[in-house]
Amino acid sequence: MDLSHRRRPAADRRVQLMATCLCDAFFDDVARATVEVLEYLGCTIEFPEAQTCCGQPPFNGGDWPASRKIVRHTVDTFAGDAPVVVPSGSCAAMLFHGALLEFENEPDLPAVSKLASRTWELADFIVNALGVTSWPGEYKATLAFHRSCHSRGTPSGEAALHLLSSISGTRVVPVGEAEQCCGFGGTFSVAFPNVSTAMGTLKLEHLRAENPDVVVSADMSCLMHLNGLAEKSGSPLRPQHLAQILRDALKNSALI
Amino acid sequence: MRQPLDTFSTTLPPDKRASVYQSTKATHEKRTKLLFDHFADPNRLRELAGEIKQHTLEHLDTYLPAVEAKLQSNGVQVHWASTADDANAAVLKIMQARGATKIVKSKTMVSEEIHLEPYLRKHGIEALETDLGEFIVQIDHDHPSHIVRPIIHKNRREIAQSFEREGLGVYNDDPQTITRRARAFLREKYLAADVGLTGGNFISVESGRLVLVTNEGNSRFCLAATKCHIALVGIEKLVPRDRDLGLLLNLLARSATAQQLTVYTEFITGPKSPTQPDGPEEMHVIFVDNGRTDVLATECRDILRCIRCGACLNVCPVYRQASGHAYRSVYPGPVGAVLSPLLAGKKFPELADLPKASSLCGACNEVCPVNIPIPDLLLRLRDKGKREHAPLASAATPPMGSFATLATHPTVWKTALTAGKLLNVLPTTLLPVPPLRAWEKNRTLPKWRGGEFRNWMKSRPDVRRKNAQNAQKS
Repeated sequence: MDLSHRRRPAADRRVQLMATCLCDAFFDDVARATVEVLEYLGCTIEFPEAQTCCGQPPFNGGDWPASRKIVRHTVDTFAGDAPVVVPSGSCAAMLFHGALLEFENEPDLPAVSKLASRTWELADFIVNALGVTSWPGEYKATLAFHRSCHSRGTPSGEAALHLLSSISGTRVVPVGEAEQCCGFGGTFSVAFPNVSTAMGTLKLEHLRAENPDVVVSADMSCLMHLNGLAEKSGSPLRPQHLAQILRDALKNSALI
Repeated sequence: MRQPLDTFSTTLPPDKRASVYQSTKATHEKRTKLLFDHFADPNRLRELAGEIKQHTLEHLDTYLPAVEAKLQSNGVQVHWASTADDANAAVLKIMQARGATKIVKSKTMVSEEIHLEPYLRKHGIEALETDLGEFIVQIDHDHPSHIVRPIIHKNRREIAQSFEREGLGVYNDDPQTITRRARAFLREKYLAADVGLTGGNFISVESGRLVLVTNEGNSRFCLAATKCHIALVGIEKLVPRDRDLGLLLNLLARSATAQQLTVYTEFITGPKSPTQPDGPEEMHVIFVDNGRTDVLATECRDILRCIRCGACLNVCPVYRQASGHAYRSVYPGPVGAVLSPLLAGKKFPELADLPKASSLCGACNEVCPVNIPIPDLLLRLRDKGKREHAPLASAATPPMGSFATLATHPTVWKTALTAGKLLNVLPTTLLPVPPLRAWEKNRTLPKWRGGEFRNWMKSRPDVRRKNAQNAQKS
C-alpha cells in the first residue's frame, strides 16, 4: 500500500484523535495513553465529540450501504486538515483503504479520499510523521509483539517494533509464524467461532513460547480476542497496547 | 445459523488437520526463504507478474483471436467451449472422430471444474489420472482438497489401504513402494491409451507455445505413446510474449512447491512435425470459458490472473484449520473463496458464504505471485451477496442497518456507551444476542467501560480551556 501521499502534521502539531469504538467502550486507558504520548511529543489534540465508529464492522460484514453511512458521518466529524491519528492499525486501514473501496462508485469519493490521506496509525505517525527514532524512558519487561494483520503493507508494524525495541529495559522476543492471523477478523470471530478459536489458540502458543511478561499489539481487537481466549482457559495474558507501553516508559522515568 | 465451513472444521479428525497444517506451513516457509534468498525484491516481481497478467486479461479480446491464428498456423486445432458441457462435448467429439476409447490424463484443474471424467465414463470412455495424487483421488472416488497437492488430506496409511483394495499389492505404506506400484500400473496404461489429455499452465500469444509444468514427468508420458494430444485451457491462461514466461515460471515453481523450477517444463508448439520421430500427430487446444467472461465483466476480474500455484492456500490460517473440502468446490482456499462463487454463475447464492470464510488477514495477497488483492475481492463478494439477498451471505452476519443508525447519532451513541455498563452485571450468556453468545462460548468479554475515556478527556483542564477557545472562535 503506498501511503507516501499522506498529509504531514503542521508545525503546531495539531492532530485529531480517533479513539476507536473499542477504546470508547472497553479500553479507555489505551485512548488515554495515546493522548499522553502524543502530548509528550508536543501534539495538540482535538477529540471530535461526535465520533463513533470507523464503519468497519458493516464493511467487513458485507453491508456496505450501512458502512457508507457511518463513513460519511466520520468524514463530517473529522472535518479539517489536521492529521487524524488512530491507535489501531485496523481502523486506520479502514479509513485509508477499505472506505476507498466501498466509495469507488460514489459521488463523495473525493471527501473520503481526503480523510484517507490524513489518516495515520499511531506508531506510523510517531516514527514516520514526527520522525521519532527512539523512545525515551524505561520499561523493564520481556515483550512479545503481535503484528496485527491490518498493518500489512504499511510501515506500522516495523515502526511499532522499532519503538518497542528502542526503549531502555525492554527485551522484545521473536514470535513464531508472525505473519499468521490471531483469528479475530471482526465479524469472522463470531460467524466462524470454531476456526477463529483454533487460530487464536495457535497464536497464543506462539506468543507464549518465550514466556514474555507482556503481549503487545497496536490493535486492541486482536488483544481482546487473544486475552478473551486466554482468560477463558484460565491463564490470562498481560495484554498492553503499544501506547500504554510508550506512556508507562515515560512515567517510569518521570518524563510525564 | 452456523457457517458450513466452520461446522466442517470441527468434524476434521485431528491427524488430518495436523497433516494439512504441517505440510502447508513447511511449503510456505520454504517458498518464502527461496524467494527472498534468490531475488533482491521478490515483491516487485510479484507486482510485475500481476501487471503482465492483468494487462493480458484486459486485452483478451485481441489476444484470443491472435493466439487462435498462431496455434492454427502451428498446426493445432482450436476449439472454443463456452460452458462445461461444451468442453466435455468437444473432448468426446475428438475421441469419437478417432474411434478412441482411452485417455491418459495429466493433472488439470479445468477437467475437475467441468467434471470431465464422469462425463466421459458415461460415454464409455476411460480417462485415467496419471499424476500420483490425482490417481489416488480417482481410485478413492474422492475430490482434490488442494489445487497443487490433491491428496494433502490423506496420509500414507490410507493410501496403502486404497492400493491394497485396488489389487495393486499387499499393504505397504512405504512411499517409495507406493510410487513404484503406481508407476508399474500406469506404464501399461500409457501404452494402451489413444489420447493424452493435459491442461496448460500458460500459452504464449507470440509463439503459440503451450507450457506445461509437472514434477512427475507423467504429462510427457501421456504424450509419448499417444497419437493425439488434447489440451484443456482456461481462456485466462495466455501471456503475451515468450519472454514473459521467464518471470512467471520462476514465480510459479517457487510459490507452488518451493522449487526453483519444476522437474519438467514442457514447451509444446504443435503436433509432431514430419521430421520428428514420434509424438502426437494431432493436437487440439480447447479454450474453456465456463463463466470466465462473466467474471471478466465484474469488479472481481483480477482473480483471473491466478496461475494456480496454491501459495494462498498454504499460508491461509482458515485453510490450514478447515482443509480444502470445507470449501465445497473445486477451487478451495482464498482463491477458491473468490473464484468458486463467481464461476458458479447463477448458483452464486449456494456458495455465498465462502467469501466470509476469511479473517481478511491479507496473508494471501502478500504471497500471491500475481499480486491478486484477494481480501478486497472477498469484501466485494460479501457486498454482492448482501445486495443479492443470498441467505448464506447474511447467515451469522446479519445486515447492520440499526448499528449504522446508532453510529450516526452521536447522542444516542453516547447514551449506549453508558447503558452498555449493564453488560457488566447481566448474565450475558443468557442474552438473546447471537454474536455475543458466539463470542462468549470460548472467550471472555472485557469489562465495559463505556464513556470513561470521554469523561477523562472532558475533565482535563487544558482540554476544557482549548474547547472554550475553540467555542469563542466559532
